[in-house]
Amino acid sequence: MTRENVILKVDNLTKQFGGVIAVNEVSFDVKKGEIFAVIGPNGAGKTTLFNMITGVLPSTSGQVVFENHKLTGKKPYQIAKIGVTRTFQNLEVFSNMTVIENVMTGAHLTMKTNLFTAGLRLPMVVKEERKTMEKAMECLERVGIAHLAYKMSPTLPYGSQRLLEIARAAASNPKLILLDEPMAGLNSEESRQLIEVILKMREDGLTFVFVEHDMETVMSMSDRIVVMDNGVKIGEGTPEEVYQNPKIVAAYLGDEEEDTVYA
Amino acid sequence: MEKKDLKKIYHNSPAGPIIFTVLLFLMPVFISSNYIFTIFIMIGFYALVCNGMTMLTGFAGQISLGQATFYGIGAYSSAIVTGTYGLSPWIGMIAGMILGALIALIVGIPTFRLKGHYLALATLGFGIIVYTSFKEMKDLTGGSNGFFGIPTINLFGFEFNNDLRYFYLVWVFVMIGLIFSRNIIHSRIGRALRSIEGSEVASDAVGVNIMNYKLQAFMLSAMFASLSGSLLAHYVTFINPELFGAMTSIYFLLMVIIGGSSSIWGSIVGAATYVLLGEILKQLVPMFLPSAGGEFEIMFFGILLVVTLIYMPNGLYPQFEKLFSKFKKKKEKVQPPLQVGGDRVASGGENQ
Amino acid sequence: MEVHSQVIQLLFSGLTIGSIYALIAIGFVIIYNVTGVLNLAQGEFAMFGALISISLINAGLPLWAAVIFSMLIVSVIGALFERTAIHPARKSSVPTLIIITIGCSIAFRGIAILIWGTQPQSLQPFTDNTPIKFLNAVLLPQSIWSIGIAILILFAMIYFFNKTFVGKALTACVVNPFAARLMGINPEKMSLLAISASAGLGALAGIVTSPISGASYDMGMMLGLKAFVAAVVGGLTNAPAAIAGAFVIGILESFTEGLWSSGAKDVVSFSMLLLILFIKPEGLFAKASGKRV
Repeated sequence: MTRENVILKVDNLTKQFGGVIAVNEVSFDVKKGEIFAVIGPNGAGKTTLFNMITGVLPSTSGQVVFENHKLTGKKPYQIAKIGVTRTFQNLEVFSNMTVIENVMTGAHLTMKTNLFTAGLRLPMVVKEERKTMEKAMECLERVGIAHLAYKMSPTLPYGSQRLLEIARAAASNPKLILLDEPMAGLNSEESRQLIEVILKMREDGLTFVFVEHDMETVMSMSDRIVVMDNGVKIGEGTPEEVYQNPKIVAAYLGDEEEDTVYA
Repeated sequence: MEKKDLKKIYHNSPAGPIIFTVLLFLMPVFISSNYIFTIFIMIGFYALVCNGMTMLTGFAGQISLGQATFYGIGAYSSAIVTGTYGLSPWIGMIAGMILGALIALIVGIPTFRLKGHYLALATLGFGIIVYTSFKEMKDLTGGSNGFFGIPTINLFGFEFNNDLRYFYLVWVFVMIGLIFSRNIIHSRIGRALRSIEGSEVASDAVGVNIMNYKLQAFMLSAMFASLSGSLLAHYVTFINPELFGAMTSIYFLLMVIIGGSSSIWGSIVGAATYVLLGEILKQLVPMFLPSAGGEFEIMFFGILLVVTLIYMPNGLYPQFEKLFSKFKKKKEKVQPPLQVGGDRVASGGENQ
Repeated sequence: MEVHSQVIQLLFSGLTIGSIYALIAIGFVIIYNVTGVLNLAQGEFAMFGALISISLINAGLPLWAAVIFSMLIVSVIGALFERTAIHPARKSSVPTLIIITIGCSIAFRGIAILIWGTQPQSLQPFTDNTPIKFLNAVLLPQSIWSIGIAILILFAMIYFFNKTFVGKALTACVVNPFAARLMGINPEKMSLLAISASAGLGALAGIVTSPISGASYDMGMMLGLKAFVAAVVGGLTNAPAAIAGAFVIGILESFTEGLWSSGAKDVVSFSMLLLILFIKPEGLFAKASGKRV
């Protein structure tokens, strides 16, 4: 585990809501090109952890460092600029746009057009629009929904909307994508398709961190796993190591049935 | 091939706008009534203000209850620059737009920091402060008596000194404004603005600086209103604070809502509806109620506003669009990509 | 003691203006808390109250009957307003609801022009209006009426919300509409009740103010906006805070008018609105844990 391999470093991150400690001094490192999972029972603090990393929630103490940039204290749009973006558990597609416009909005940071060049529609704006559109098409092809490009996004089936969110995230040329329960609400065929997409994107050099309930996905896809319970990290390792750790099995895997129902 | 591709996203054909423009600009060939020109000039002033407000309301989801402030800032800037200092009207126009944008910036920064719909309240309060200032700063503005003797506009020696000439001047500005806004909407900036309406958290996550874009939309709307105010000042050559009070702000909002804030064409529909309906009511109502005086027509506008919001939240323009699309049945009618606000289609799953 | 008496004079006229704002602001707060609507038509209820009571008195009714009847009529107008404009749009966004109340506000003004015309009208003071000398300042009995009524209403409100069933039910709707529904309280009925009661209070404010500043179709907007400023400055979430805000604004205006110029008073009140919005949006006197805003 050489130092320069680490892309995201979460260091003693803590979140306190009033008297309740939702996340308590959680630390872990994510390496470049990894698919890294955060698991744990409901209320373990996974979503809070995610929201702190992406800047939605301020942390009480501790810090998050991505490459050489400190993410702690930054707003989501600033974190996106550094190269970290995310998808949402409850889909957040731009429902007032077509599919391709969604992805082109994802490419916002890769563009330069401003209010005045846009208003005057200078040649460079048209050029940039075309380039972005091509790029958006590529992103849609990568997730396999290019044929739906000109549909209004809310008309897409649930699974395709998830793929759209991933295409939108990928359009900003991020280095790290955080996926919040990417499998929630998908049938097994859709899940398989999504896993394929993620594995393919990892080959292109992207790093993924995801929160998931679906154990099958976690085991089949992730390189390493952090297990949380009651806001505390209770274990870390490869899927095999996690399965063999009795403490983790007791705290989490024992409750698996309940969670499968939820997922 | 690439060119066609961009049209696939923003596929509004130019036919409608071109027909509209040609008909409008040919109108003086058939009609030579100064009354009609005056009405169209007023529609032009209002459409220009509403155009900017549509960008703010329909695309950035913010409401201004003080747009007449910027209309007034434009008018007084022009009056003072040309009337008091004798400089070119074009300088006055630009000065007004810069001043308007700066003031929008100053009001906008603290307002957009707050979560929720504070712009409505802040612009309302700010509007009344500026209106009172117009009345009180007598040395600069002439106070309640008004500002007299604003010169007319001329361009390379060509004087815009009658209704016909002014009609063309105003509508050229309106058309340029519309094209400018449309270009913005069909670009990175437009997508960023609409994404805020679509999902604020996702917009933030893809790197859109939401506060910055709301601010830009607000400043742009201030510049449109200011430009329109400048044009008004050179047309009427006499202005007073009453033209820029809270009621005027409310009328602007009314036009935007009635016309429909989901499309910039709604601004023309709204302005035209307001002016034409106002004229018709002024002619008709006294026939039935001879005692009616004052601004009684606001009753109808108030009711129209409420009915529109409850039963037709996207305003009148989409109805026009439907009517128009019947004439060109052949073309496949895809859902207009610019539809924002009101009745959005609920997306699947547990989306909140 | 010239300065001293001037201060008392200004203080007293500030309290008078403040009491009018307070009566309208209470209605504002009740509607906001029960329904979540910022009702910018609130001032028009005062206008209706004033003009209807003047018409009733001109028709030969005694003052007390005119006051009661016009309050009742305006309450009915408030109920109609709730049923036709607020209730059908109750699921709309906050800005939509604000604009709806603005639409109603201008519709009310239009109706008032058609009924009463544009000429200002006036109402006789409630009692003999010979000025009373008090610490070298001159007080008008109508001002005492105005302040007295505001204070009386304040105590009535406190009693109503803390001691009566309906008052407690209204409070329950604010705290937790879902639980209130489980307890058999119907929030929709409460919304109707809140808006018509607020309309009645607004009418009272209009009646009390018309012997002082006259009555006309366009009096509602400024009154309503000032009361709104008062409510925001004091704190939109509770009535006593809004009343305190109303007196602050009233006194601020009367001192601005007395020591500077009458034109500047609007600038001062609305600057206060902006200042509070930017610095302390929950209001000066509200507890920080305000549920709304």
